[in-house]
Amino acid sequence: MEVSIKINGVEQSYDVEPRMLLVQYIREAAGLTGTNIGCDTSSCGACTVHLDGESVKSCTVLAAQVNGMEVTTIEGLADNDGTLHPVQRAFHECHALQCGYCTPGMVMASVSMIEENPSMTEDDVREGLEGNLCRCTGYHNIVKAVLQASEVSL
Amino acid sequence: MIPANFDYIQAGSVDEAIQALGEHGDEAKLVAGGHSLIPLMKFRLATPAYLVDINRLDDLKYVRDDGEYLAVGALTRHCDVEKNDLIVSNAGVLAQATHNVGDPQVRHRGTIGGAVAHGDPASDIPSALLALKATVVVRGPEGEREIGIEDFFTGFLETDLHDDEMLTEVRIPKVPDAKWSFQKFNRRAQDWAIVGASIVCGDGHAGVGLVNMHSVPFRSEAVESALLNGANAEEAGDLAAEGTEAPSDLNASKDYREHLARVLVRRGLQEAGR
Repeated sequence: MEVSIKINGVEQSYDVEPRMLLVQYIREAAGLTGTNIGCDTSSCGACTVHLDGESVKSCTVLAAQVNGMEVTTIEGLADNDGTLHPVQRAFHECHALQCGYCTPGMVMASVSMIEENPSMTEDDVREGLEGNLCRCTGYHNIVKAVLQASEVSL
Repeated sequence: MIPANFDYIQAGSVDEAIQALGEHGDEAKLVAGGHSLIPLMKFRLATPAYLVDINRLDDLKYVRDDGEYLAVGALTRHCDVEKNDLIVSNAGVLAQATHNVGDPQVRHRGTIGGAVAHGDPASDIPSALLALKATVVVRGPEGEREIGIEDFFTGFLETDLHDDEMLTEVRIPKVPDAKWSFQKFNRRAQDWAIVGASIVCGDGHAGVGLVNMHSVPFRSEAVESALLNGANAEEAGDLAAEGTEAPSDLNASKDYREHLARVLVRRGLQEAGR
């Protein structure tokens, strides 16, 4: 079936099987490999993208369900001139990554979380990131980065 | 992991969805948020030949004050239920139970109707609806039926829904001035409850729903009738394992779950002022 999705502002359309997952559509059809597949069971959050502005786990959404909607991936966060999004910059400045595998999902989940609640406490951030796992256990700096970014975004 | 092949049908209305279900019988499944069904399909534990997508039925996304009860549209997403003012002020236990489901990303997709229609005894939301003595409205080719939430759950992942029926609304009776508590015991933040308990105590109302203590979402009649007869938290909590058939698994034995049920119900009742 023909599935059209606007990804990072660019209209894309591919003939895919109904069973294709959104994360496969993003990675394999659209060729955007910044979104990682981790657990593939909606636990780890590595595949987090924004669907019409809200964070979702793209391993547990069918591409067909998103036909006609807008998706933002990690590639779509920075400005066209390369200026990092405030959350990306905070992750960089706070050294909020070790191996980096969880980072695209962490950043996308954080952006969505800050938009929903710009005045978060440390506890709010830790709870809000419950759906994103960092196997390096680098949570401390991730939380620091999200708090720093949320202050900038205010 | 990739689901087995299926034909995708996007329903434009409730009638279209019911018609598709009628045509394809038990070969068809409705998908809403998909956060229970799609994982089952990826593991090939569910292999529907037809998937009927109801996500676009925006007229089933609402929370309304209908006087005696709150009406919640089946497609209302968890993130909208947990923060809804009407639900927070009239059915706090449902807001809190919903907040405990999965994580923010999951709650952006999952729907109240999906969580109920899945009939999972390990799910938090049915326990809150049992404690609130909610009803569900289902629609089929013959029209609508309203079913008490307790009668809706008929077996493990089985409900009273017929093949050609669809859950459209959840109704939550208002219990003015009710006190409530939601208790959940698990090992990691986003885990399912090993055991959970929803408690609602109001004027002439005692509602106790348990998570993961039976093959169906379980209402504790023993605790409820003790409460109505004036029992305190400790006395009523001691009865929390009565009538249960808790599973044993890697997380907990049956005995341990029974112990947890007694402790959580006691704590919940204390929090609810008993």
